[in-house]
Amino acid sequence: MSTAVLDTPSAAPATPATMRSVGSRLWIIAVWTTMIFFIVNLFGIIAAVVTSSFATRWLRSWLPQGWTTKWYFSAWAEFQLTEVLVVTFQIVGAVVLLSGLIGVPAAYALARREFPGKKALMLLFLLPLLVPPVTFGIPLATVLYQSGLGGTMWGVILANLVPTVPFVILVMIPFIEQIDPRVEAAARVFGAGTLRMFVHVLLPLLMPGILAALLLVLVRTIAMFELTFLTAGPTSQTLVVALYYAVFAAGVRAVQSIDAMAVVYMVTTLIWLVIALRFVNPTQMVTRAKRPSH
Amino acid sequence: MTGHALPLRSRLAAKGLDGVTLMAVPAAIFLIALFIYPFGYGLWLSFKPKDGGWFLANYVKFFSDPFLYDTIYTTLALAFPVTIVNLLFAVPVAFRVRLMKHQRLLTTILVLPITLGTVLVAEGMLNYFGPQGWFIRTLVSTGLFSPGQIKLVNNYWGVFISLVITGFPFTFLLTLSYVSGIDPALEQAAATLGARSAARFRHIFLPLLMPGLAITFCLSFVQAYSVLPSAVLLGAPAGPTRVISIAAYQAAFEQYDRPMASAIAMIMGFVQFAVVVAALSLRNLFYRGPAAGAKG
Repeated sequence: MSTAVLDTPSAAPATPATMRSVGSRLWIIAVWTTMIFFIVNLFGIIAAVVTSSFATRWLRSWLPQGWTTKWYFSAWAEFQLTEVLVVTFQIVGAVVLLSGLIGVPAAYALARREFPGKKALMLLFLLPLLVPPVTFGIPLATVLYQSGLGGTMWGVILANLVPTVPFVILVMIPFIEQIDPRVEAAARVFGAGTLRMFVHVLLPLLMPGILAALLLVLVRTIAMFELTFLTAGPTSQTLVVALYYAVFAAGVRAVQSIDAMAVVYMVTTLIWLVIALRFVNPTQMVTRAKRPSH
Repeated sequence: MTGHALPLRSRLAAKGLDGVTLMAVPAAIFLIALFIYPFGYGLWLSFKPKDGGWFLANYVKFFSDPFLYDTIYTTLALAFPVTIVNLLFAVPVAFRVRLMKHQRLLTTILVLPITLGTVLVAEGMLNYFGPQGWFIRTLVSTGLFSPGQIKLVNNYWGVFISLVITGFPFTFLLTLSYVSGIDPALEQAAATLGARSAARFRHIFLPLLMPGLAITFCLSFVQAYSVLPSAVLLGAPAGPTRVISIAAYQAAFEQYDRPMASAIAMIMGFVQFAVVVAALSLRNLFYRGPAAGAKG
């Protein structure tokens, strides 16, 4: 392949065709081998956590000496997982609800109207998605702590809304744009105000898009470590932050206990991921896609 | 309301400002209060050193203490190679996957590490790449390595690998969305005119892909540059992987020196911004135009 890359277009036809096909076949094999290597290791990482969480004792061997489920019970008690899960779902639920309530109307305004300052507004909604959470999380945590919200559940919710509100807006804009404006015009002709038209006409039409956007918000918020870590206090930790502290203090507890907690986290996240993937394309997890749903 | 309000209302409506536009106001206020204001406040606070003194004292302290200014280099030494490696792998794989009929299984698998997040990947890696983990065991059983010869956690490589595991899928999925946005007719036209696959890549795809790759580079770099949990859990946070976000975190939550923490956060943001600007201005040296081959 290295010779083929160096070819200029004029020199290309001169190279023997047989050599090229061997080269490109090797190239294809190399690409897929790398990919398979990556996926095998990825599954190895996940399988190692699951195996360890069911292990009685696992030292210096390929597989544990025996199997047990006792670590799940001890992890549940040690890490107070009931409370942590309740807090996690309260925070995630509030973030999902509020980002929908704030984001969808804003997306509608941006999709339907041209007004002075729209470009600046779009930039305002794009920036929190481009700037990484740690960079804006530290000044944000400072402000939240100074206003007394730091360490509380509301502080965590507000911090998590900073990237999710723009996310909902950017996912919803193309979805709203594809709805025929004449539907809204008809509603207005029959005397519906903005609010009534929104609730009775648009919301039902937008439901699939809203559902997809909010499920993505849900999955992202469960896994959002940085912002929650920087703003949470002892009573407002989500599962991922509690897991971080457990791994950080490894040695205090049994490894299997931490791994059991990791599996609980993994299951919590993956259930929602599976549900979300029924409505969205996996690439939408990163690209804030152009197509609403699949 | 009444007669007077109406003309103003219709004048505003003509400019696009009406009840519908107002629906964007809550979101705008929210982000100004919780994104723009904290940044401004952080910048202001960074000029107000905790112990008083000159307004640049925090920045002077940062750039005169190797324990602090070295974090810039440490972080760059991780983020740059990781981003390059991720891009170099993502582009050829995306070009293969583009031809696949059923991409969904692969993209679903790759979305796993992004969804699970760095903390879980770190815990898994401590098991899997640890001295008694399956990976090292496999290497030792090939007979090429002796036990203890290679160490893949609690050092630079632990953080590097974790950034590849969570970063590669991100880079790949972004690249794939750009690659699939290129009209296949352009490639077919080049093939008809006799260009081989390598030439097609170099003269057709690469120029069309360059803007997308520049953005992918920026997003991947910025993510890698703000690594925090895996640098602590998988690295050597006191030494070789003391990245800049660790320094900022310690200033904020261990020394309770919020002005200093803000100063470090501003420096972190500035380095990221500088790299992004550099990458995007390099992009301008390449072709800029439509990648969809429709009649223009």
